[in-house]
Amino acid sequence: MNNLKIFLKGIIDVSPLMVPVVPFGIIFGVLAIELGFNAYATMGMSIIIFGGASQIIFLQLFSGGASSLVILSSVGAVNSRHLLYGAVLSEHLSDLKLTWKIIISYFLVDQAFVVSNDYLKKSKDENKHFHLFGAGVTCWTIWQITTFLGIILGSIIPEKLGLSFAIPLTFLALLVNDFRKLINVIVIIVSGVVATLGYQIIPFKAYVIVAALSGLLIAFIITKFVVKKND
Amino acid sequence: MTNWSLIIYCGLITFFARFSMIALIKKEMFNDRVREVLSYVPSAIFPAIIFPAVFLDNSGVLDIESNPKIIAAIIATIIGVLSKNILATIFSGLIAYWIIIFF
Repeated sequence: MNNLKIFLKGIIDVSPLMVPVVPFGIIFGVLAIELGFNAYATMGMSIIIFGGASQIIFLQLFSGGASSLVILSSVGAVNSRHLLYGAVLSEHLSDLKLTWKIIISYFLVDQAFVVSNDYLKKSKDENKHFHLFGAGVTCWTIWQITTFLGIILGSIIPEKLGLSFAIPLTFLALLVNDFRKLINVIVIIVSGVVATLGYQIIPFKAYVIVAALSGLLIAFIITKFVVKKND
Repeated sequence: MTNWSLIIYCGLITFFARFSMIALIKKEMFNDRVREVLSYVPSAIFPAIIFPAVFLDNSGVLDIESNPKIIAAIIATIIGVLSKNILATIFSGLIAYWIIIFF
């Protein structure tokens, strides 16, 4: 297949996953405006950061007065989940030129990864990365349009609707599958309790990092214990 | 209330997290143990955002009595676990919250 055909296939394959991205982008735009960011900064975040969870955590911490260091490390921590995908993708893309690796890295969001990973595994074409490119460009376009819609809506929607409550709900929605596993539930509760109780006590709003590390430590201890027991 | 340099740094961090997965990380670098612990990252970090936003009031004080967000979050969790649907989770929580505060 030629480049264009593979690119188009990427667009078609990722399209169904764009349905939940639409309200997510709108919610981001609305919240940014309600939290006092101007339209340029809001649009700038979607273009420069281009990552839903990173952007919403940025809003939450920045509007709460967190220090730059805490914001940066929290965004880094949120993104560390991407490292999980590393092994899978590098296998398929290791022969690409650096320029392509840079371009694809910018567009690589969860949805594009999910659909293109399937395609990359099956295809033997040398230009199969155009699939990931097509899927990524689609996500990017939808994200920018919906951010813009959110900016417009944000100036109309009344503040008393309490839309900032959509922030914890959005993160809750990303966790629903983890509530089925006991270890995950324990990690969730440990992290949540540490964050809630540490909110006032831990300096520089570093409660996010402290809570996340506590959760990971518990996960480390429990999995080690479980693994040993199984041996 | 704009901090462009902070936005750019956050963009760079997000970019390099993605770039490292393509360009730097190789399969051999992660053993199953590291992979297993990394799989708990979402469960470890998202509650740190969720819990304070639900259980604390605007001034950061614990508010457990008469807090509509707690009930709304519980409803959203139940709907989310049953439906496994991101949108159903968000909107059931928001609608429950609005019903409690407006009626």
